[in-house]
Amino acid sequence: MDSKEIIARRIAAELKNGDVVNLGIGLPTMVGNYLPKGVTIYLQSENGFIGLAPVKEVDPDLVNAGGQPVGIIPGGSIFDSCTSFMLIRGGHVDATVLGGLQVDGHGNLANWMVPGKMIPGMGGAMDLVSGAKKVIIGMEHTSKDGESKILVSCDLPLTGKGVVNMIVTELAVMRVIPEGLVLDETAPGVTAADVIAKTKAKLIVNPNLTTMKGLAN
Amino acid sequence: MEKVISIEQALEKVKDGMTIMVGGFLGVGNPLTLVDALVKKGVRDLTLIANDTARPELGIGKLVVNKQLKKAMVSHIGTNPETGRQMIAGELNVDLIPQGTLAERIRCGGAGLGGFLTPTGVGTIVEEGKQRLVINGKSYLLELPLRAEVALLSAHKADKFGNLVFRRSTRNFNPVMAFAADVVIVEAKQIVEIGEIDPDEVMVTGVVVDWIVQGKGGKA
Repeated sequence: MDSKEIIARRIAAELKNGDVVNLGIGLPTMVGNYLPKGVTIYLQSENGFIGLAPVKEVDPDLVNAGGQPVGIIPGGSIFDSCTSFMLIRGGHVDATVLGGLQVDGHGNLANWMVPGKMIPGMGGAMDLVSGAKKVIIGMEHTSKDGESKILVSCDLPLTGKGVVNMIVTELAVMRVIPEGLVLDETAPGVTAADVIAKTKAKLIVNPNLTTMKGLAN
Repeated sequence: MEKVISIEQALEKVKDGMTIMVGGFLGVGNPLTLVDALVKKGVRDLTLIANDTARPELGIGKLVVNKQLKKAMVSHIGTNPETGRQMIAGELNVDLIPQGTLAERIRCGGAGLGGFLTPTGVGTIVEEGKQRLVINGKSYLLELPLRAEVALLSAHKADKFGNLVFRRSTRNFNPVMAFAADVVIVEAKQIVEIGEIDPDEVMVTGVVVDWIVQGKGGKA
């Protein structure tokens, strides 16, 4: 199982039957592939619908927020951008899963720009992190050059301040509380010491630390 | 009053230096016929208010490539590398706005509201230059309304009064922009007689639509 699959499987296990969920582009989109049996979720697409489904027949009028052709479930619904963000900011989305460039011990998230290098824009991410009931960040634990992406304080421009609830990486599951980050789970074969060594933010190790859930589903 | 006009007549209403709103999301729901004609005509120094700048070869992305914009007020430019290049080179002023804030600012512009309070962007660079208010212990930013001189929109179906029906995810910003511009021009894939759209099915009332043009054909 590669890093991305571990992350996607663990996040999928976090979602509850009936949840309205917004999945970001990229790794977060994979979460939908690993839902546990008996769990049905309703995927919200910020360009204006609920009930996003895999594409069966390409319809140029129906795309996801990344512009890719998708399908829609029976019982799905279409709406305009204002309504879409009423759902998002108004607390009607149970969870959002987004990628991250950096997360820190205060629950701050940076994922929308690297000054001077990459400025794609925030799209709907700032609204999602301010309004979704639960903000789950799925990302690899370290950058390509091995640097921790989980910091004492983000140094990239923030997407949201104090907005993250949970961080899932290929090594660990961490929860944000007012005192900092709690290390709740580690991946099979990974110890708390391994995670601490690769994390710049201070981790509070849960006395009931467990092996990462959801990987066997 | 006859609202159905030619593409050429519609384009006469868009002049150099104007602020335009264009419906669509990554090209889907862009009024492609109107935008292509605008590219051909070469109207310049436009301020664009839209969700994004699409792709270089698609919809409003072409306005960027053809250097017809002086400013873009959008939530996302990542799919059009030319927008990023022009921004970094200082050729194009890009104002990046969170998508929900953009939609709601347009709604305020069309709804007679002086602004709104949103938690989106608190503690980020989006807050710079804005007033922060604390309501019931929670922080919000004051965001101001947006309006345009012309809105270029697309609909699946329009009757000759301008009542609109949208299809699937082409709806996006089109309905809200129909209220927020001095002149509203809608490109419809199908134009039907008044009465052919049941009042219960109308998604935007024709009273806010000034002009209708025939767009390229699409799915029935």
